[in-house]
Amino acid sequence: MTNSQTKLKSTRVGFGEGLVLVGENDQRVVALTADLKESVCMSAFAEKFPKRFIEVGVAEQNLAGVASGMAAMGKIPFVGSFAIFSPGRNWEQIRTTICYNNQPVKIVGSHAGLSASADGGSHQILEDIALTRVLPNLIVLSPCDAIEAKKMVVAAAEIDKPVYIRLSRAETPIITSEETPFEIGKAEILQKKRLNLKSEERFNLEKPKIGIIATGTMVHKALAAAKELSESGINVSVMNLSTVKPLDERAIIKLAKETGAIVTVEEHQIAGGMGSAVAELLAQNHPTSMEFIGVKNQFGQTGTYEELLNFYGLNVLQIKQAVRRIMKKKG
Amino acid sequence: MLSDEKIKFLKLKANEIRRTVVETLVNAGSGHTAGPLGMADVFAYLFFHALNHDPKKPDWSERDRLVVSNGHICPVLYAVMAHAGYFSVKNLIGSLRKFGSPFQGHPQRDFLPALENSSGPLGEGLAQAVGMALAEKMDWEIQGRTLVLKKGSTFISKFFFCILSDAELQEGSTWEAAMFAGKEQLGNLIAVIDRNKIQIDGFTEKIMPLEPLREKWEAFGWHTAEINGHDFRELDEAVSVAKTFIAKPSVIIARTIPGKGVKEFENKPEWHGRAPNKAEGEKALKELQ
Repeated sequence: MTNSQTKLKSTRVGFGEGLVLVGENDQRVVALTADLKESVCMSAFAEKFPKRFIEVGVAEQNLAGVASGMAAMGKIPFVGSFAIFSPGRNWEQIRTTICYNNQPVKIVGSHAGLSASADGGSHQILEDIALTRVLPNLIVLSPCDAIEAKKMVVAAAEIDKPVYIRLSRAETPIITSEETPFEIGKAEILQKKRLNLKSEERFNLEKPKIGIIATGTMVHKALAAAKELSESGINVSVMNLSTVKPLDERAIIKLAKETGAIVTVEEHQIAGGMGSAVAELLAQNHPTSMEFIGVKNQFGQTGTYEELLNFYGLNVLQIKQAVRRIMKKKG
Repeated sequence: MLSDEKIKFLKLKANEIRRTVVETLVNAGSGHTAGPLGMADVFAYLFFHALNHDPKKPDWSERDRLVVSNGHICPVLYAVMAHAGYFSVKNLIGSLRKFGSPFQGHPQRDFLPALENSSGPLGEGLAQAVGMALAEKMDWEIQGRTLVLKKGSTFISKFFFCILSDAELQEGSTWEAAMFAGKEQLGNLIAVIDRNKIQIDGFTEKIMPLEPLREKWEAFGWHTAEINGHDFRELDEAVSVAKTFIAKPSVIIARTIPGKGVKEFENKPEWHGRAPNKAEGEKALKELQ
């Protein structure tokens, strides 16, 4: 799917654009960072609204607590850091001062998954979905591209609840358009018409045999796998599960009923991640054969982003193989 | 200056609060005794003198905010709020720590909306109070106003108080918040430390020494005061002076006697985290006549 025409952009850049947008629309929006303004794309906001931009220094615990206090006074705080530090380092402050206090802070974790690639395993967080989806009151969002990330910022600012937005440093293809609907809690089956593909690249998604549920930066890989599979006569549906919590239960159960087999794909540990959330839902409501694509109980390491995706099995080939495996099981 | 009459009134209130604390703890069967009794005077002073608040309108937007960071001393917070008229004393006694009660084992806003914050895990309340104070200051600045002194009083319309235990200063997050408050020059923030020198495992200076405490806060850019936390005049002077520091957060280190008012409970770390039984409670109430 990635051809010369495909535009690449990271979800963190989409976030930065969205932040300026909500800053313009609502005076209550403030942005805080723990010494990572540039990296989490808050520079444009900081320049435009210097009085509403706050540096707390390298102190992520304080970042969460201060934002909670500001929200209690009616502000809409966006707190940005690398996901390894927030919600990684400050998980308990997020639990207590933000979620337990039910303050509508928007936690923005950048460089999630393997996207802090050259920095090595210390900075690659593959656990943040697990950490956040267990917290009551917290909404967990994982955008599939920069356009969706921008829409999420608007939706997060509007909802009076704490939100976590998982972002990537990696430049990934734009697969949705400004017109693609986004609503918190709604999962989309990526239909042909939604894709910015040239007509010869469109592929058949009719009567899918397998459902692929992907989130974040893995959605475009799932689409690429789906296209290649369709060429060999296997039609699969690709769902963009961009709200990991609350799950779009109806849409997931519907897809499981239609296909009878689900493959989940995420740039995260398999344990506790998006696939686990889907499995919890289906095990109770519509037991379905599943395959999980994700990192298997390992830390990351230094490399290029693509090298790491290949090493940990988060690529098109692995998705295709998982689909073929589950088809065999299905018989 | 507090009048003699006011001091007499505050003493009376503090004693009523202590009695309620003992009664609720006996009924609860568990909870913290030393801290709540030790802080009864500070809470009586705040709720019956210093705080600008309206118990009939707990969500009044112009109220001063009181963030209790050390949530485990909530028996005294509940008791003072009851005596101030937020809810009835009768409702409180008998329902602390009971299932479905507004008076959870540690403060929870969903169960008791009049609270400013839900707390329990230590070292977190100061950051929340700092965030509140900053949000308020930011609004002034966005509107192009500055906080200035005028004839000894200030334009600061509301103050943000934060109650901290001394042992929770062992949490690193407290100092992250302290450093940040100094940087932001939060003159509308007043922290009060319950310096009772005990913690669960023993005396603070043995478990993890905090001294020199005042100098630590000064180094972080705070105005500091150290007072007897059972002396209403000293308390009032410290708060009045703190309010004149418009470009510096203030901390009042209130030396208190844990378990104050009941000889049996005073200065004993073992009373940090346990509640009196019925007999102990009756004895204590006799002392608190």
